[in-house]
Amino acid sequence: MQLDAQQRHRVRFTLNGAPAECEVEPRTLLTDALRHGLGLTGTHVGCEHGVCGACTVAIDGVPARACLTLAVGVEGCDLRTVEGLEPEPGRLGVLQAAFRRHHALQCGFCTAGILMSLDAYLRLRPGAGRAELTEVIGGHLCRCTGYAPIVAAALEAAAILRGESTQAANQEETAHA
Amino acid sequence: MKPAPFGYLRAASLDEALEALGRHGAEARIVAGGQSLLPMLNMRLTKPAMLIDVMRIEALREPVPERGALVIPAGVRQAILLDRPGLADDLPLLAAALPWVGHVQTRARGTLCGSVAHADPSAEIPLCLVALEGEVRLRSRKRRRSVRAEDFFTGMMVTERGDDELIEAIAYPTRAAGTGYAFAEVGRRHGDFAIVACAAVVDARRMRLAVGGVADRPTARDFPLLDGSALDDALNAFAWELGAGEDLHATARYRRDLVRQLGRRVLDQARQDSLRCS
Repeated sequence: MQLDAQQRHRVRFTLNGAPAECEVEPRTLLTDALRHGLGLTGTHVGCEHGVCGACTVAIDGVPARACLTLAVGVEGCDLRTVEGLEPEPGRLGVLQAAFRRHHALQCGFCTAGILMSLDAYLRLRPGAGRAELTEVIGGHLCRCTGYAPIVAAALEAAAILRGESTQAANQEETAHA
Repeated sequence: MKPAPFGYLRAASLDEALEALGRHGAEARIVAGGQSLLPMLNMRLTKPAMLIDVMRIEALREPVPERGALVIPAGVRQAILLDRPGLADDLPLLAAALPWVGHVQTRARGTLCGSVAHADPSAEIPLCLVALEGEVRLRSRKRRRSVRAEDFFTGMMVTERGDDELIEAIAYPTRAAGTGYAFAEVGRRHGDFAIVACAAVVDARRMRLAVGGVADRPTARDFPLLDGSALDDALNAFAWELGAGEDLHATARYRRDLVRQLGRRVLDQARQDSLRCS
């Protein structure tokens, strides 16, 4: 199947569990398709050459750089973006709540990418410990936090997701009630 | 930071990809995982008229064990190979080096053949291919040929591949009895390109050291079994012959010193490993 350089082509995929489509040129990056084509601006654009990690999304369950992915290349794929993390509108997911408790963000520019890396990784390897999660977070640049609170939040979220620590999650429920 | 316009072909078969490559020649580029090519496109360092996507070709998906080698076709992602059961037994050098290739998020998409095609002189995957004396299997509409890794890399991001040729697969010789392997790297941060990377292969007859990040291509040298100051002298001569340059990341002198230090370390480790496995 060949696509012309100058024309826009329809791409269909699954986005956060629902069917989605948009029209893109072959050269359109997945970041721009998500942000401009679908209006989902939670995925941030930092360096645009794969170094900073701000644009990380999950493609078929694995974390990947949206800025190094062509939109035409995700035809039929299963995508997850930061917009898919909230269990219901206005409520934070487990990872997001842990980030909030630990002050794991300041300006927030890098946060969506880090959340998507951790979300995808913990689904694949729920038992991941500090060394493994630190390496995953190593694929992202954060200029605010110094990373320590991000690692702490990731470890706590991992424990909650494994069902080992419910205390913090319950506190969060109360705080939001 | 957006690519210049290009046409896009999602090849369903190897024949379709080869036919398009034959037709477009130098105007076309193969895209697999895109983790080396997309940065080049985004920065407009390359402006192909046509991209040929080979990731939907079923025949290129799975690594194939052959006698004495593991053959890795163009569609095999780095993360998939790293998770392959038994990799550390079959290809201990590659198993040690792959975690140094980019990050979890880039290995999830990037392929081994893509890294070989890109031919960055500091990249780990080409370095291991040269260290292990592997081969690159090229294919065009008209012919197939195998090129020794050492002959394939001909300069800074320049290879032996013709404009109408696709890297169909690369082949890494698997572990031999009585042979030891070791890998070490120094970079600014884990996941960055290496300032110097060293891979060693040692058996009962010789010691082989391959160095990345110093010359314009991954470069290997065979030594007889040396130790003590004779080994230091040989490594010093090799470090000078590599013709280290200066850049933002390191001075030439620092690079030479890393070749001597890391080289010694990996050769010693590989020798110990060879004695353990004999």
